[in-house]
Amino acid sequence: MFGRGLRTLSIASLVLVLGAFSLVFFYAPNDADQGFVQKIFYLHVPLAIVALGGFVTGGIYAVRYLMTGDRAHDLRSYVAIHLSLILGIGVLATGSIWAKASWGAWWVWDEPTLVSFLIVFLLFACYQPLRFSIDDPERQARYAAVFAIIGGAFVPLNFLAVRLAQSLIHPRVLSTTGGDMPGSMRLTFLISFLAMVCLFVTLWKYELASKHASMRLRRLRRALAGDDAAGPLARTAAPTQL
Amino acid sequence: MSAVAALIRKDLRMELRTRESVPSMFLFSLSTFVLFRFGLDRETLAGDLASGVLWVTLLFAAVLGMNRLFVAEREEGGFDAFLLAPVDRTSLFVAKATVLFGFLVAVEIAAIPAFAVLLLGPSPFQALPGLLAILVLADAGIAIIGTLVGALAIQTRARDLIVPLIALPLVLPVVIAAGHATSPLFAQAGAEALPARWLGVLGLYDLVFGLLALAVFDFLLED
Amino acid sequence: MPALPLDDAGPYVAGAYLVFLALILIYVAIMASKLARIERELVELSELAERRAAVPDEEREAARPDEVLAGDRAPRARAGR
Repeated sequence: MFGRGLRTLSIASLVLVLGAFSLVFFYAPNDADQGFVQKIFYLHVPLAIVALGGFVTGGIYAVRYLMTGDRAHDLRSYVAIHLSLILGIGVLATGSIWAKASWGAWWVWDEPTLVSFLIVFLLFACYQPLRFSIDDPERQARYAAVFAIIGGAFVPLNFLAVRLAQSLIHPRVLSTTGGDMPGSMRLTFLISFLAMVCLFVTLWKYELASKHASMRLRRLRRALAGDDAAGPLARTAAPTQL
Repeated sequence: MSAVAALIRKDLRMELRTRESVPSMFLFSLSTFVLFRFGLDRETLAGDLASGVLWVTLLFAAVLGMNRLFVAEREEGGFDAFLLAPVDRTSLFVAKATVLFGFLVAVEIAAIPAFAVLLLGPSPFQALPGLLAILVLADAGIAIIGTLVGALAIQTRARDLIVPLIALPLVLPVVIAAGHATSPLFAQAGAEALPARWLGVLGLYDLVFGLLALAVFDFLLED
Repeated sequence: MPALPLDDAGPYVAGAYLVFLALILIYVAIMASKLARIERELVELSELAERRAAVPDEEREAARPDEVLAGDRAPRARAGR
């Protein structure tokens, strides 16, 4: 059910990621300003966009869950947010490395996208603790959905506020060349972005299928060996039944 | 509408009787001002620094208020009673948000003069009209988020931890906007003009989250 | 912004891409261990089912599979739930 098309997606991800990395290192020219360091841009920015997209997707599935009551949507929402948090660690790490290489400091407050990403990350880092602190599974799903919706709406507002807060004195540090991006860079960026999207969807479906399989296995065990054989469900942040 | 009024009256009456939230929030603000005096090692503040200290203090005091907002409902069974009543569920949200807004205003009426006396360098009177506008908009945003987060957290186990963890990032745009708007008002040389675009940001934030809260609050009340 | 020479910049770029790779591979490793556990449980349960199929119907006292799988059963009170 969740694993349909997974093989095609993973092959597509493989091709796209390898293609993107090859383009980054063999095709895209060196940036006039930042030199070789700018290559991190092709990794960091698509990762950030996909992570943010993942948070918003979690919010969208949360809406669908509240509207339909179908727990499959709650599972999709949970996995999307969970994955985006993992990618978010990557965003903050690669952003930090980029800042160190460009600016000499591991963190710069001058870069509005990095700062607003940190705030969004801090917010969604509360998603799993919130879920974990609610015992009743149905209520857990419902409250988590409300939180995901609030968080999803927060993402654009937060970016707006932080962007406005950067005075015009500080130029964008981590942008690409001062003028337009040359076509070769644009193509490389596009392929990298597509690769990240594909990778995200692949991992998302992968985790959905895995969780779903565990759930059904538990039900099967209850069916075959009786209720007691399955053992009591430990408290968990993840959805445990569909 | 009458349900909202009744709920507000109930909460205000309770607050007047028990004097739980507002005095604690005010005392906490005072302590925080003293903390900042020593933490920053300064006796007067102006400009950005004054604005930042004021808003961070108000925010932390607000978190105290958020924690207490739904406690009575939770402990005395008020949620069940409310759900049984034939009223629109969002009236609870409107009532609670108004109450929290009222608490914040009450605290500010006392805390801002205290701030002016204790820490603020330049005279506050020039800043007052602009400050009032910012306070109204920012308090509305904090009240909306505070009510949402309070309702979200009240049913969880780690209520007191969850509220600040979730509320602080959500309220950050308000702090950014209010802080940026207030700092020219506290300029050492005398209050400068209020940057209007930050009021616009605050207004937008209040609108978006107000509508969102109205849409989503029902789901927090279902049994 | 002067361009860093390749020797200086190389480690940073490599570091960033390695962080990405590490994240993905750690994720894969965790998912792999979950898959191994699923496989183990599946083997266990299929053995159980085969043993069950060999036993005559009247001697079976455990829950009827169809009821549980329909999901309508009220959950039994259990310690820890």
